[in-house]
Amino acid sequence: MSAPILDVSGLRVSIHGEAGVARILHHIALRLERGRIMGLVGESGCGKSTFIRTILGVLAKGGRVESGRIAFDGIDLLAMSDRAMNSQIRGRRIGFIPQDPLLALNPLFRVGTQLLEIMRNHAAPGDHRARLLDLLRRVQLPDPEGALRRYPHQFSGGQRQRLLIAAALTCAPALIVADEPTTALDVTTQQQILILLKELVAETGTALLFVTHDLGVVAQTCDEMAVIYAGQMVETGPTRDVLANPRHPYTRALLACHPDRSTGFASIPGTVPPALHMPPGCRFAPRCPIAQSACPARKPHLLTVGPDHTADCILYETAA
Amino acid sequence: MPPAIRRLLRDIPTSVGLLIVLVVVALAIAGPWLAPYPGDASASHLIRRLKPPSADFPFGTDNLGRDIFSRVILGARGALEVSLLVVGASMAIGVPLGLVAGYGTGWVSEAIMRVTDVFLALPQLVLALALAQMLGPSLESAMIALVVTYWPFFTRIVFSETGQLRTALFVDALQGLGASRTRILLLHILPNTASPIIVRATIGLGFTILVAATLGFLGMGATPPDPDWGLAVAQSRTYLPAAWWFATFPGLAILFTVLGFNLLGDGLRDILDPRLRRSR
Repeated sequence: MSAPILDVSGLRVSIHGEAGVARILHHIALRLERGRIMGLVGESGCGKSTFIRTILGVLAKGGRVESGRIAFDGIDLLAMSDRAMNSQIRGRRIGFIPQDPLLALNPLFRVGTQLLEIMRNHAAPGDHRARLLDLLRRVQLPDPEGALRRYPHQFSGGQRQRLLIAAALTCAPALIVADEPTTALDVTTQQQILILLKELVAETGTALLFVTHDLGVVAQTCDEMAVIYAGQMVETGPTRDVLANPRHPYTRALLACHPDRSTGFASIPGTVPPALHMPPGCRFAPRCPIAQSACPARKPHLLTVGPDHTADCILYETAA
Repeated sequence: MPPAIRRLLRDIPTSVGLLIVLVVVALAIAGPWLAPYPGDASASHLIRRLKPPSADFPFGTDNLGRDIFSRVILGARGALEVSLLVVGASMAIGVPLGLVAGYGTGWVSEAIMRVTDVFLALPQLVLALALAQMLGPSLESAMIALVVTYWPFFTRIVFSETGQLRTALFVDALQGLGASRTRILLLHILPNTASPIIVRATIGLGFTILVAATLGFLGMGATPPDPDWGLAVAQSRTYLPAAWWFATFPGLAILFTVLGFNLLGDGLRDILDPRLRRSR
C-alpha cells in the first residue's frame, strides 16, 4: 500500500452553539490514495459536508475540532494557520467542487475574470489564459473562448458544473473534494459529469473524495466507499466488496432501501438522532435490528472484516 | 446600447429625472460661462434692484439688483458640491462599517449596528441646527451635521445585503478555493451591494440639496453673498408678495433639482432591483 494522499484518523468535530454542543463528527477515519476515487455516503445531516469543511479548514461558526488528525500528503492540516491554508492548500493543492453549480459563481462577474482570479492567486506563473482555455477544453465546454466573456447566468447547470470542475483543476491539485457535485443536476447531465470526473482522475492522477447520498453514483464511479452514519464512520472498503457484502447493519439497511434491490419501498425504521442528543456508543444502535445490550457502551472503532474492508460493529468484535 | 440603459430611457419619469440631473450637472460645471452676469455672484447694483422679469433679466433682479437668472445658474455648483461631499463622506463611513458588521456575527457587528441605530434615531434638522449653534453657522457645520445623520442609511443597506451574501454558496466556494476574507469582502461582496448603494446615493443627493437649502433658509448654512438657492428664498421673504420672482425662481430650482434626483433614483431602483419594483 503506497502512502495515502489523505489520511484521517480519530477525527471528532463538534459545533458549539447557543443550544448546546452538537457532536457532529465522532470518530471519523479514512485513507485515500492518489488516483483513486472514494465515495462518502450517508443520509442528509450525517456530517458529510462538515467533514469536507473540516478538511478545507472552513468550519462554520462555533465549529471545533476536538481530536484526531487529518494528514494531507504527510502534512498535518489541522496544525496549519488559516493564512497558510489559503496560500498553500486551499485551491492550490486541494481543489474544491461545491454543491450547487447554479449558485457557486459570483453572478456579477464574467466567468473568465473569476477563473483567472483563482489562477492568478494559486497557479504557477505563466500564460494563465492559455492554460485556462486548455482546461475548459478538457472539461468539454463548448466555445471556451466565448465562455470566458460570458456571465454565469448565461450557462446551463451542466456547463456551470464543468466550469467549477475546471476551477478546481486550475492548479493541478493532488486531491479534489467534491460536495455532492451532481445533486443539483438532471440525470443525463449527471451521467456526463460523472464520466468527465472519472476521465480527469485517470488523466491527472489526482485523488477524488466524492460526497454523495446516491448509492448508484457510488457504484458507478468510485473505487472505494466510506459509509457515514450520524457522524460515525461505520464501514469502509472497496466499492465492489462493500456493495456485494455489506458488513455493518446500517450499510445493509441502506442498501435494502435502494429501489433496485427491494420490492416496494423499504425504509429504515426511526430517524437520524438530532445532533444535540446523540446516543452514546454506537449511534445506530437505537435503530439497529440486531442491537445488543453492549452497543451503547461500545467505543467506536473500525474493525477489519476483509481485505481493505472495515466495519464498526460489535458483531465483529469477537471474530477479530 | 445595453438593455439596462434602453429600459431606463423608455421609462419616461426616469428619463425626465436623468435629463434634469444632467442639466444641473452641466450648470454646475459650466455655470460661470453660461450665466449672463457671472459677476453677480457677489456684485451689487442698487440702481436696478427688484426689477420684474424682462428680456435683460429673465428671472428679474433681487434686493441688491443682481440678476436672479445668473444666481440660479451659479447656485447649482454650490448645491451639487455640498450634496456630493455629504453623500460621498456618508458612503465612506457607512459602507465599510456595513461590510464589517454584515460579514461578521460577533459582538463587533452587534456594536456597529447598535451605534448605527443610535445615529439613525437623531433627527437630521434638529442635529444640524444644534451643530450650527455650537460650531457657528456655516456651510461646514451644516455638512458635518448632514454626514453624521446620513451615514447610518448606508450601513444598514450594506449590512443587510452582506448578511444575505455571507451565506451565499459562491462565498462558500471562494473560501474552499482559498480566497482570503479581505478578498471575498472587497472583490466579491462589495460589488454585489453596489446597486442599492447607487440608488440610495442618488436619492440622497436630492435629499441633501433640499436639507442644505432648508438650512440656508434658516440662516444656518450658506452665508451671503453666496448664490445659494435656500439663502435667496430666505432673503426674498421681506419683499413678498410684491417681488414674487425673487422667491419663485430659486424655489423652483430647488424643486426641480430634488425632483430630478428622486425620479432618477426611483427609476434606477426599478431597473437595478426588480424585487422592489413598485406598481406604477
